[in-house]
Amino acid sequence: MSIPLLSTLIFFPVLGGLSLLIVPRQQIATIRLMALLISLIEFLLCLPALLLFDKTTYLMQFQEHHPWIKALNINYALGIDGISVLFLLLTALIIVLSILVSWESITHKVQEFFVALLVLEGAMMGVFCATDFFLFYIFWEAMLIPMFLIIGVWGGPKRIYATVKFFLYTLVGSLLMLVGIILLYQNGGHTFDILQLAGQPYSLKLQLILFWAFFAAFAVKVPMWPVHTWLPDAHTEAPAAGSVILAGVLIKMGAYGFLRFSLPILPDATQQMLLPMLILSVIAIVYGAIICLAQTDLKRLIAYSSVSHMGFVTLGLFALNQRGLEGGILQMINHGVVTGALFLAIGMIYERTHTREIVAYGGLASTMPVFAGFFLLFTLAAVGLPGTNGFIGEFLILLGGFERLPWTAVIAASGLILGAWYMLWLYQRIFFNEIKESMRGLVELNLREILTLLPMVLLIFWIGLYPNALLGFLHVSVGHLLDQVNGVGLAGTLLVPGLIPPP
Amino acid sequence: MIPTVAINWAVVEPILPELLLIGIGVLLIGLDIFVPRQRQVLPWLTVVGCLTTLAMVVGSRPSVAFGGMFLVDGYAIVFKSTCLAGVILTTLMSEHFCRIIGLRQGEYYSLMVFSAVGMLMMASAGDLMVLYLGLELMALPIYALVGLHKTEQRTSEAAIKYFLMGSFASALLLFGMSLLYGLTGTTDIARIAELIATLHLGNNPALMAALALLIAGFCFKVAVAPFHLWTPDVYEGAPTVITAFMSVSPKVAGFAIFGRLLFLGLPELHEHWGPVLAVLALLTMAVGNITALCQRSLKRMLAYSAIAHAGYALLGLLAGTAEGLAATMTYLIIYLFMNMGAFGILMLLATPDQPHESLDDCKGLASRHPLAAAMMLVFLFSLTGIPPTGGFIGKFYLLKAAFSAGYTLTVIGAVLFSAISAYFYLRVVRYMYMSESQQTISCSFSPGMTAALGLCLLGVLGFGFFPGPLLDWTTAALAGM
Repeated sequence: MSIPLLSTLIFFPVLGGLSLLIVPRQQIATIRLMALLISLIEFLLCLPALLLFDKTTYLMQFQEHHPWIKALNINYALGIDGISVLFLLLTALIIVLSILVSWESITHKVQEFFVALLVLEGAMMGVFCATDFFLFYIFWEAMLIPMFLIIGVWGGPKRIYATVKFFLYTLVGSLLMLVGIILLYQNGGHTFDILQLAGQPYSLKLQLILFWAFFAAFAVKVPMWPVHTWLPDAHTEAPAAGSVILAGVLIKMGAYGFLRFSLPILPDATQQMLLPMLILSVIAIVYGAIICLAQTDLKRLIAYSSVSHMGFVTLGLFALNQRGLEGGILQMINHGVVTGALFLAIGMIYERTHTREIVAYGGLASTMPVFAGFFLLFTLAAVGLPGTNGFIGEFLILLGGFERLPWTAVIAASGLILGAWYMLWLYQRIFFNEIKESMRGLVELNLREILTLLPMVLLIFWIGLYPNALLGFLHVSVGHLLDQVNGVGLAGTLLVPGLIPPP
Repeated sequence: MIPTVAINWAVVEPILPELLLIGIGVLLIGLDIFVPRQRQVLPWLTVVGCLTTLAMVVGSRPSVAFGGMFLVDGYAIVFKSTCLAGVILTTLMSEHFCRIIGLRQGEYYSLMVFSAVGMLMMASAGDLMVLYLGLELMALPIYALVGLHKTEQRTSEAAIKYFLMGSFASALLLFGMSLLYGLTGTTDIARIAELIATLHLGNNPALMAALALLIAGFCFKVAVAPFHLWTPDVYEGAPTVITAFMSVSPKVAGFAIFGRLLFLGLPELHEHWGPVLAVLALLTMAVGNITALCQRSLKRMLAYSAIAHAGYALLGLLAGTAEGLAATMTYLIIYLFMNMGAFGILMLLATPDQPHESLDDCKGLASRHPLAAAMMLVFLFSLTGIPPTGGFIGKFYLLKAAFSAGYTLTVIGAVLFSAISAYFYLRVVRYMYMSESQQTISCSFSPGMTAALGLCLLGVLGFGFFPGPLLDWTTAALAGM
């Protein structure tokens, strides 16, 4: 491998973002255009990773390995497998769209905004590529800085409260994980390499301590009930681009953390803690959905629906079977697409009406028919209508959950019904009913906005009608992950190497 | 007639850096008295002198001089370099700040240089006498520096308070040292360790008393709770540039003797001082971080944050391992850059008629001066310990060292307090980026200030991205001990 593809993916947006600083502050148009170009190039750079990806192996691909801090055996180690490859593409796409949606809505400190956005993109890419736990932590925490600024500087009226809450919640969780990482390092042969850390026989007690230490960080990020309370505030107050990134990528990292670290490194603890995790997931599904019904704020409603949907994701992950895991990962992508799209749409409408109160809306279907069409599609995808991507993910998760513990699937299915209730009711209140006076004369979507929403529509149907395009990436890696969790991988390493038949 | 003995100049070689600095200090006084019009050369002479000394220190060969009283080992070299770097950064910032507040005494620079000589001696002390000599030589000029700005009322109060408290701490130290001497009959630190081991003094009550007195004395010097009470007032009262200096170099030198005495002299007693320091460290982090939460003055907030950071730095000492000591040294070096940087930005805000030290004064700094705000952002995130800044690397290394030594609960406490600290550091970021400016003060960069801030930024980010050489350096420095 001559070109370090993953390093390029990480550092191209960071350097590109910093290069924006050279442009004089007043030339807003140039800055916006440059930011868009950088994000588009980044998106194109992701394509080779997808096209050259070998779906038949669970091994890390596009690996890079350089010693970084020799004194502590820390390496700059990158690599992707079937679980992470899709997130790279999702991240790149979401950033392109967030730049498009911020085109006119960000009016002050434009330069800083796009720098923060692109630096954030680099850090997010790093999170999904890192195969060294220390390096992962660096990227994981580094994300906080730009996100803190994005919510705090360009957010809504209560942005400062929201951003500080977001920062402190995630920081406390991450710091506990840091202690866990150090503990793991001491017991795992003084290495941070996650491939070496996995498959070592740790005592159950140690695994349980580590599991909860990691849980602190990942559950806050997901967010799982009951540590979800930062999310509604952060989602509501963030600018449209911030909400899209939060919903699209950032909260996926919690679930990704479970997949990458908790499950393979701590298989026994995962098995032990299965029931509490499933219960928390089910509570999140139902609780999030019921809370949605009581919301008066548009963005807050979608935020709570994220809590509910992420409950599905964790349900799928902790079902610990092929269907559940694949469904969970697919649902992460789906949720990124659908909720991302919803936040994009809300950002567009907010730009026109400057209110997020649901009661202020009414009759938009006649004033903005194209917008209503898009929104209907996203609503149906969020509800999980067959033919859209939401259906596939939720169906797989329910299958997986049913195989593990039938009652979890039964209760979780009620979340679907509630989901249909609050989403369709929301749609009714905004788009139907009589036209409110303040809603007259709204401008229909322009070409830029339609182009922003169109990729999401294509993805919704593409994944909905041909899910194997994505699931194909997952099969082998998820199968291997399951072997690790079920102890097969561990037993394999204990065998005499010569006895293992070549795959 | 007294027979003349030829002086053996080779003996002097280990203390050449100190001698050079003394020469510079005397030269500075002379220049100030006889060429008063050329005062602008003083800071540059100081910088050049310190840089030369730094080069000599880094290049010096490990040796033991004056019968074990003066040690030039890796440990001493690291601490000496850190102290000198602190002096250099302070001097670079001084020219700008002293002009703004109208501090015109030429003694300023020579006092700083003499204080630096004291610090170098402390770092090299292999004997209780040298240790105390260095300590006093460091402290006396600083008492004067704190009170140098005579037109400001608070400074006199701060100077007197600092002097009284400092003398009291020295008295405690002396008492502890005399007990040690009484028990062992020697002031040689390495010899004390041997005697404690051979005479089985491990549980001697007098030795415990000596240990308690010594720890109390050192804790005064490095501002560890509950011996920190002088710090906020003195830090707030002193001219900001001196506050920056005091929060870094003397503290580093204090840690140098702290570590030297505990690791070289009293390693037998680790089971006693380890837990005590763990409690003190936690208490310090608690006091520093929680009190900082409710400060309205940025300067006072940074003073409390400096207290909290002394608590973090203790984590390495209390581990009682070489790794821990290396972690403390690493942390102090990184702390030097981030703390000086934060104080540097505070100095930028000052104007001749108003010090502009409150939190409100940094409101809207991002609009007024984006570059200064961005730098402050980096320093504050580093003080919080967020990657990819150096502060994270330093804190990680400390936590790891304390964790390996078995202080799990202390580590968890440290982690939680560092999450609390995020709140007040972030508040400054919030004010800079998320509030509208109340006044339109324009910040002006002088060349010295630019250089100093540039170096700080380079240090914080450089050690954040490439900490390898630093860790190797501090670890290698301990190889001989």
